[in-house]
Amino acid sequence: MGDAPPLLEVDNLQTHFFTRRGVTKAVDGVSFTLRAGETLALVGESGSGKSITCLSLVRLVPEPAGRIVGGRVLLDGEDLLRKTAAQMRRVRGKQIAMVLQDPMTSLNPGLTIGSQLGEVVRLHQGLRGAPLRGRVLEALSRLRIPGAASRLTHYQHQLSGGMRQRVSSAIAMSCTPRLLIADEPTTALDVTIQAQYLELLKEVQQATGVAVILVTHDFGIVAANADRVAVMYAGRIVEIGCTLDVFNTPAHPYTRALLRCLPDVDLKRERLVEIGGQPPDLARLPAGCPFAPRCPERQSRCDTAYPPAVAVDDAHVAHCWVALPAAARSR
Amino acid sequence: MTLEGHDLRKYFPAARGLALGRARGVVKALDGVSVRVAEGETLGIVGESGSGKTTLARLFLLLERPTAGSLLFDGKATMSFGRGDLARYRRAVQAVFQDPYSSLNPRMRVGQIVAEPLPGDNGMNGTAVRERVGEVLQLVGLRRDSAGLYPHEFSGGQRQRIAIARALVTTPKFIVLDEPVSALDVSIRAQILNLLKGLQERLGLAYMMISHDLAAARYLATRLAVMYAGQLVETGECDALYREPLHPYTQALLSAALPLHPSARRQRIVLAGEVPNPMSPPPGCRFHPRCSHAMPQCGTVEPALRQVRPGRFTACHLY
Repeated sequence: MGDAPPLLEVDNLQTHFFTRRGVTKAVDGVSFTLRAGETLALVGESGSGKSITCLSLVRLVPEPAGRIVGGRVLLDGEDLLRKTAAQMRRVRGKQIAMVLQDPMTSLNPGLTIGSQLGEVVRLHQGLRGAPLRGRVLEALSRLRIPGAASRLTHYQHQLSGGMRQRVSSAIAMSCTPRLLIADEPTTALDVTIQAQYLELLKEVQQATGVAVILVTHDFGIVAANADRVAVMYAGRIVEIGCTLDVFNTPAHPYTRALLRCLPDVDLKRERLVEIGGQPPDLARLPAGCPFAPRCPERQSRCDTAYPPAVAVDDAHVAHCWVALPAAARSR
Repeated sequence: MTLEGHDLRKYFPAARGLALGRARGVVKALDGVSVRVAEGETLGIVGESGSGKTTLARLFLLLERPTAGSLLFDGKATMSFGRGDLARYRRAVQAVFQDPYSSLNPRMRVGQIVAEPLPGDNGMNGTAVRERVGEVLQLVGLRRDSAGLYPHEFSGGQRQRIAIARALVTTPKFIVLDEPVSALDVSIRAQILNLLKGLQERLGLAYMMISHDLAAARYLATRLAVMYAGQLVETGECDALYREPLHPYTQALLSAALPLHPSARRQRIVLAGEVPNPMSPPPGCRFHPRCSHAMPQCGTVEPALRQVRPGRFTACHLY
């Protein structure tokens, strides 16, 4: 890929929650980059830190329990973690937009679709009257919402689930943001509606060049929509690489286990290979690799030190003592 | 033993507007569905929300009465059940629900939860009940002494194991699984799916598995029934149906399921529009407004579910 500086650069992001039970390291040193127009999928199980990573990027971590304690988030070279609250408000919605899992709760039930969309456009672009209405209609029709003009006076309860998610995506895309964070956008949708939505998301991305962070636990969605994928476990990215590379040659035992333990629509498996045990308690993380207690390839050093990044291939990195660098494998 | 539903219909009265309490229409949640589950098999029932899968499950669990049609247990209609038959049915047909966080009473100990389906007059004394509870807890991979703990002391996967133990305690023949792994994390799903499969092999159970997860259904089911807008559109042997779906809706549904590999991208049939309003389903075939193969007769004549291949039934005018 080109040498243009990345749109987003996240460097050693750490977000901790301070609770009575102790410090929960929800995000514990996450680093990745994202180019314009690219889709990066963040996959992982619940509690792996994918959503908190996203909330940290827009500085919406629930305070005071949660706090970003370290790292940098560079958007176009500017560190978002150093911005004031007022500056951040201008970033959110305009440069970084979000689509959440459940449009039922992310849309305001007391406002019409038109006024919710109009609010965002008015605040960020200062439009009023006819130009405002025009921009709102344009945003709705970009997400292929049929009869956009008549929808303006509708409330969210008058729309189906798929339509609601399109409306919240229209709101997110209304100010042509540089980065769209989509947190499990299709989990509440049926499969055929999910397929519609994912196609639409790709189209919008191609038309606008927006970069997308797609949070999901569904490897099928990753395979279908992501250019690159980052697998998270216990608050860290354990493997990151091009989607095809990660699926073809998963380097981390957790990724390998995940890919084997899933039932596939394309083939009948006799028995699924289970991952034993439970995801770890984030307040009581083991000293070494947090996956070690469940890992089939565990070695003694896994219990003592967190494994360094191993470049298994071009732009394909895994944090594992067992993973071999590309150079060592080719010999 | 078989469990059979014949031409099941379930209509719910729907109030429209502000006419409080006055039913103005009916929601046809289930409109003429016949299914049969034989001993030892798994019937997977797939479809999108609103297709009637859960209503069908609730009828089989006797949680709702059908508006029309009949349920047959070993050939005997549930409508004509005497007291003894009903107790026998409830012991033989158990259920596991989707969310183990809401299906277990947080104020009861695991031992009480698991023992609850045992009828009061089971003729077992306290020791025998405890023994039986310990036995099923072990069957599902939990320790016997879990009986003294409360549900909050367990993770999601373990809670689902408790729910499965509760379903097994009466040594049932049939278990209705309503989205048994949808609420669980991916690494835990495999554990529960394997457990269900293993239990079936060991105990000769029959499952009726309701699912919108086509991959999970494929893993567990031996036969598949596809539902759309309250009706069956296709049934058949599971593998054959996945390999070669015949009904255009089944084709679209399966093509929308995402395969687990980036290079396995297939021809996706992206359906336009949405599931019809269950209060006023379209005339003729309920799928015709979204169907790319629709013919004039599809809008007027309702297709019957007919056998088009050995063991394969489809409700479509194309065949």
